[in-house]
Amino acid sequence: MVPLSYYLVLSGFLFACGVIGFLIKRNILTIFMSIELMLNGVNLSFVSFAAHWHALAGQIFVFFVMVVAAAETAVGLAIIIAVYRTRETLNVDQVNLLKL
Amino acid sequence: MSVHLILFLAFGAVCVAGAINLLAQTHPINSALSLIAVMAALAGEYLLLGAEFVAAVQVIVYAGAIMVLFVFVIMLLNAGVEERTQGSRVAVLFGIPGMLLGSILVAWVVLRHSGTEAVAAGALPGDPITVGQLLFHDFLLPFEITSILILIAIMGAVVLASKPPTSPAGVAPREVD
Repeated sequence: MVPLSYYLVLSGFLFACGVIGFLIKRNILTIFMSIELMLNGVNLSFVSFAAHWHALAGQIFVFFVMVVAAAETAVGLAIIIAVYRTRETLNVDQVNLLKL
Repeated sequence: MSVHLILFLAFGAVCVAGAINLLAQTHPINSALSLIAVMAALAGEYLLLGAEFVAAVQVIVYAGAIMVLFVFVIMLLNAGVEERTQGSRVAVLFGIPGMLLGSILVAWVVLRHSGTEAVAAGALPGDPITVGQLLFHDFLLPFEITSILILIAIMGAVVLASKPPTSPAGVAPREVD
């Protein structure tokens, strides 16, 4: 028997790691991976709450989150390829056309 | 210490190590491989929670399809070692102690005030039959809408990743600086 809070702490840790990676990483691919890590952290809390409240709908939501993540990954990687084609770099510091 | 708790701690340790390794590595391929480790360990956590369908989808879709796409793009773009740039000094000075303090506070509050109820192993029937019945009865409309979302995403990816149209003869291609 594992307390619900253990799952929540692990989920929060994964989400926090995603946020930190999103902020400190400079490679656009790694930043995108950090977003996936955040989504995974949220999924874990969805599943653990579903088990806790005996509500199967939580697992259905995880399924939808995965579908949206797959769509997001396809479009995001296409955008990364387009950025690389025009800027010829993966460093986000050099992708600064919109910066004042 | 039950088997359930030991398994939770083992999978959780892999998750934590993979997430930290993702942050520590400088080459994107190493980060991608540690993210695969995190996702595989999370599938184990889902199995502990009784969510068999979600665990299978996690392995097939996340650790399989999405990460293969990532690795493929890393190889396609020949991504090299990340260049470290100087971050803001104020962020380092206040951010790291603040983050540590905040996470310790949150963990303490969560562990202290809601740690009484335990989640039994396989507390909820998450097998494909049950999930499928729920998905195709109660959530049929969202399910169909996601298929439209996927279709739009596929078309968007094709449009974005395809080469820009070649200019007709005699006209110089537009320079992108």
